Amino acid sequence: MSAALARLAGDLSPRTRIWLAALVAALVIAPWIVGDYLVTVLILILYLAYTGQAWNIMMGFTGQLSLGHAIYAGLGAYVAAVLFTRYGVAPWVGLLAAMPVAAACGAIIGFLAFRFGVTGVYFAILTIAFAEFARIGFDHLGIVNAAAGLFLPVAQYAHNDPWRLRGSPTMFYYVMLAATLAAFILCRLLITSRIGYFWLAIREDEEAARAAGIDTFRYKMYAVTISAAVTSFAGVFYAFFYNNLFPEQVFNISRSIQMILGPIIGGVGTLFGPILGAFVLTGLAESLSTALTAMGLDLPGAEQVFYGVCLLVVVVALPEGIWPWLARRLGVKEAES
Amino acid sequence: MTALLSLTAVSKRFRGLLAVDRVSFDVAEGALFAVIGPNGAGKTTLFNMIAGATTPDDGAIVFAGEPIGGLSADAVCRRGIARTFQLVRPFPALSLEDNVVVGALLHRRGVGAAREHARDLLRRLDLFDKRHQRAATLTLPDRKRLEVARALATDPRLLLLDEVMAGLRPTETDRMVATLRTLNRDTGVTVLLIEHVMRAVMALASRVLVLDHGVAIAEGTPQAVVRDPAVVQSYLGAETM
Repeated sequence: MSAALARLAGDLSPRTRIWLAALVAALVIAPWIVGDYLVTVLILILYLAYTGQAWNIMMGFTGQLSLGHAIYAGLGAYVAAVLFTRYGVAPWVGLLAAMPVAAACGAIIGFLAFRFGVTGVYFAILTIAFAEFARIGFDHLGIVNAAAGLFLPVAQYAHNDPWRLRGSPTMFYYVMLAATLAAFILCRLLITSRIGYFWLAIREDEEAARAAGIDTFRYKMYAVTISAAVTSFAGVFYAFFYNNLFPEQVFNISRSIQMILGPIIGGVGTLFGPILGAFVLTGLAESLSTALTAMGLDLPGAEQVFYGVCLLVVVVALPEGIWPWLARRLGVKEAES
Repeated sequence: MTALLSLTAVSKRFRGLLAVDRVSFDVAEGALFAVIGPNGAGKTTLFNMIAGATTPDDGAIVFAGEPIGGLSADAVCRRGIARTFQLVRPFPALSLEDNVVVGALLHRRGVGAAREHARDLLRRLDLFDKRHQRAATLTLPDRKRLEVARALATDPRLLLLDEVMAGLRPTETDRMVATLRTLNRDTGVTVLLIEHVMRAVMALASRVLVLDHGVAIAEGTPQAVVRDPAVVQSYLGAETM
């Protein structure tokens, strides 16, 4: 445990520690300063930071492009929601079922792809295909109310119940903040350990990694199952925050794309990239729509256009993402090396 | 002395082409063994079969008493055979040190211990001062040295070097030869190299195998092999000198 703690903070420069502490402090006090509306925006930002972090384990660390991560969030959401609505199982207990289900699904996709040498864009297409299977399958699955949608009893705002995840946006905010911090810590521990080095080697050059003795199949399987299990919590959260689930929405490819925009804009393979990307994208998009509303303009699709422009600008100007560039400016480092 | 690596009648066919034709040889523990031959002689195919990148069609490859023919590349490496690539393949976005740490983690659990081992090797290969640079920024001679360092980090008993001198200037070649000699003397690691650069082979190898059209046509000390009429003919054609 102390060794893990040392690895967590040991090689951070004093400057990096101050930035980190300030960021965490700002996030902790945010709900006292901003209104309910901004709290829900922050929840969305943290949600995307969390899922971006989870996706990053596969793409950023191991170099396996998944474009179907909505399947893991969707499975998590449905497993916990069904257990809750049908059997009254609390979401934290439901999570114990959701994680293995998502991990098993990731293992199946991973096994099929990695055993039979499906790589690159073909792997990406396979992940899309599985998410689509799930979307169509759940549309016809009676136990989850099929296309009619699954609804959770709406939360009572007067009383917060963190155990059953019923309560105010502020409560959900803190749950998501804790989860995002946990995901960040988990990713940092992973990437500074043996498994992380092996993942990076596979990302950089799989054949060279194999020549260095790495069982690349096994380590890619670890990446996909861990990433899927981590993502599934986001789904559980989603179900209890939004209280409604439609296969058409939760398994939609746009959900998978939404998860990966943050890390791409922030910096694939970095620890702060997914968080920064989520803030920049969602923050600016919300500001834009607020500004448009204030000006009395109604432009449907403006947000999507905005996402597209952001992506274009970053890909052209900062192909590594915003974070590596910003980190150099601030003089901070994520890890020694 | 029993051989560390022993090949018996190993063959590999690509469609109609017999790339390696019943090649047999033994590499003694601690030896500096070179495989030479003209382009297309089957050297790289032979090398890939030992390294687990290609499966032999026929014959036996025995390493440290165990058959390894047909094992995967990573399994071969875990048994103690490390390789370099003819076209160097460092992990480009990682620092030199992290490149070597990856290799060192094969038989070490902790990153700290692996880093220490990696730094020792980087010192040995004169790369220590550049250890924080990204591998992508290195010059070719340095990349070749990095490949050797990463391979050595896996604690091999046998080091396979695929044209590690190719593209180096004569002074660089001499430097690499000196490094490999020192390594072999200090650590006792056995070296099997495929090489075109005769300057390096003559200076380094204790024993040489000559391949031509997939067939082993000569084996012996470097001095004896270069005087062998069959070898002279395969390299220079039938003209008499």
